[in-house]
Amino acid sequence: MGVGAGRAAGRVLAVASGKGGTGKTTVSVNLARALDAPVRLLDCDVEEPNGHLFLDGRPLGSDAVAIPVPQVEESLCDGCGACSRFCAYNAIVSFGTKPLVFPEMCHGCGGCAMVCPKNAITEVDRRIGDVETLADGDITLIQGRLDVGVAMAPPLIRAVKARLDDADDASPVIMDAPPGTSCPVVATLRGADFVLLVTEPTPFGLNDLKLAVAMVRELDLPFGVVVNRAGSGDDRVRVYCDQQAIPVLLEIPDDRRIAEAYSRGELIVDALPEYRGLFRELIEATGLARPAGGEGAA
Amino acid sequence: MKIVLTTSGDTLEAPLDTRFGRARNFLVYDLDDDTFTVVDNGQNLNAAQGAGIQAAENVARTGAEALVTGHCGPKAFRVLNLAGVTVYNCDAATVADALALYRADKLVAAGSADVEGHWA
Repeated sequence: MGVGAGRAAGRVLAVASGKGGTGKTTVSVNLARALDAPVRLLDCDVEEPNGHLFLDGRPLGSDAVAIPVPQVEESLCDGCGACSRFCAYNAIVSFGTKPLVFPEMCHGCGGCAMVCPKNAITEVDRRIGDVETLADGDITLIQGRLDVGVAMAPPLIRAVKARLDDADDASPVIMDAPPGTSCPVVATLRGADFVLLVTEPTPFGLNDLKLAVAMVRELDLPFGVVVNRAGSGDDRVRVYCDQQAIPVLLEIPDDRRIAEAYSRGELIVDALPEYRGLFRELIEATGLARPAGGEGAA
Repeated sequence: MKIVLTTSGDTLEAPLDTRFGRARNFLVYDLDDDTFTVVDNGQNLNAAQGAGIQAAENVARTGAEALVTGHCGPKAFRVLNLAGVTVYNCDAATVADALALYRADKLVAAGSADVEGHWA
């Protein structure tokens, strides 16, 4: 399956979690740094991209992203309502009347324009955000930034992932997903070769891990678990993973020095080199450095 | 003339639902012959988005000229306005109480939405 419109030539790892604030970005940026080779880091958490805070990124460019929304030529419309019946999102409404359009509800599928028998609907661009590219050493950071007030993350996430459609670039890819298990996460995970689910050893962490596991199983993607702040809570996450035969690929200790480095915007692998080995092991376990199409941990 | 009242039940004694888009049922009352029917709005109760818009369209399709409900958001209000449905906000406990207030001309037609979207 393609990652964006086409197919990334490199191996694609996604970092996700049911619960927010478990350490997706921490794992993503530290993996990227520990790789010590060219890597593309995609910040798909477009409502709150923060991977850049941990990098010294040199801006390479920024492009606006828009989705097509309907515009009705009322003189052509006979109020048949075909557009309204087609739209699953109630973004265009007509009941024997000229249609009302709610652009902020539109997902940009173009269906209303296709089903209009009078060709009364044309599409106009509605800006939703930007895709920015930054470089820091071997890391190329590609991040989406959704405009404030826009509630349409998946099209912007797809625009971020479309940057992978470069057949000449076989560098591995790390995608930092938004939290949760809804559309923006699914839009991120599609096309990944392997998914890391980051959690914490708390009842909240376990509950949301179970939701995330159900999601990646539904998507039929190979996955493993990272437990952050290990030792701070209880062992129920560990017990659950053992029962479900889910590999726990990394446990990041609950170490105050990690929190201090994080609060300064520093990477664990830079500030605390003794942890570099843990992330190198995770790179091995996920097959991130292997050629595309290889098997990951199972 | 028909009016729609939002309710969680299906009788005149049932509570008036303060929500519009995600009300369980619409009680469609015919003032000309004092009969009513109940329209299921359950599909919108769990809609991912646009519940108010779809609910407003459903009200318009009943042919009602007025809507009595607790609160109505801006998108639903626009659709109802287009359909020529007058909106009355009401905090009566039951459908029957709201109907009595309407008949007694105690309700004031809303000139705009009285809440933001997703208020509930």
